Amino acid sequence: MNLTPGKILGWLAGAALVAAFLVGMAQLAIGPAAGAWSATAAGPLGVRDVLFYVLAALTVAGAGGVAFARNILHSAIGLLMALLGAGALYVLLSADFLAVTQLLVYIGGVLVLVLFAVMLTSRIGEVNVSNASVGVVGGLLLLAAVAPVLVAVALLTPWRLIAPGPAVATTAALGDAFLTRWLLPFEVASMVLLATLVGAIVIARKEIKAD
Amino acid sequence: MQISLPHFLVVGALLFGLGLVTVVTRRNAVGVLMGVELILNGANVNFAAFSHYVTGGLTGQIFALFVIVLAAAEAAVGLAIVLAIFQTFKTIDVRRADLMRE
Repeated sequence: MNLTPGKILGWLAGAALVAAFLVGMAQLAIGPAAGAWSATAAGPLGVRDVLFYVLAALTVAGAGGVAFARNILHSAIGLLMALLGAGALYVLLSADFLAVTQLLVYIGGVLVLVLFAVMLTSRIGEVNVSNASVGVVGGLLLLAAVAPVLVAVALLTPWRLIAPGPAVATTAALGDAFLTRWLLPFEVASMVLLATLVGAIVIARKEIKAD
Repeated sequence: MQISLPHFLVVGALLFGLGLVTVVTRRNAVGVLMGVELILNGANVNFAAFSHYVTGGLTGQIFALFVIVLAAAEAAVGLAIVLAIFQTFKTIDVRRADLMRE
């Protein structure tokens, strides 16, 4: 295994991301008991702020890797970084169950599925054919047209904010909500998953000629 | 400036923009699906942020959970279609899958 600077940078970024995720989970676990966190938040740059900026930077860097990497496997690694960072951001938003679901479903399920598809369909050695993209200039123009509008809306709109309450575990309340108010969408989602299961098998299997 | 709603919205907007660029520029079908996942994640970050900072309660998180469920279903079916395309055309370049054009 030859270490290029890019690889070393990638490993460092991954390690920093995992560490930040663990710190975020620890913050949620000790949440209300730790007055130190809210005390530091009043300062110019608290621990929570630093955590947010690190996680946001890694998320956006991963998304950039997905968009612009030349190798499809590097795109998959960028997707891993983006998904991990988004999951850690959920922890900062005191959505603990959502963060764990992100970890289990996206990283444990979807990303593995994507990697399987990469392995099954492309000849990995041929970097140039494996992930060619067209119109990078057009894509950048599109990004320059869309992103500033959204960012301006986010920054200029006078949002009516509420004071966020203390971080509490959401799992029990989510379970209650799914089985009372959101029961019908919940059942429809289970039917969708069943249809997906059958449909994916029917589409992806090889035709076996019976003759 | 303390971390608040706009910071998370900016992250969501950047995720959406980069996902859009991925969907538009990639010729590899798996790459296109990755872009869709990025777009859905940007929406999810927005849902969770609004739920925490504006509405309170759990409704935004429930929406985000449904989005995750549908994204998983979309990935499974999408990648199955990609495999079927690969078996038929021996490539997953989305420009070459043009059997119905002629």
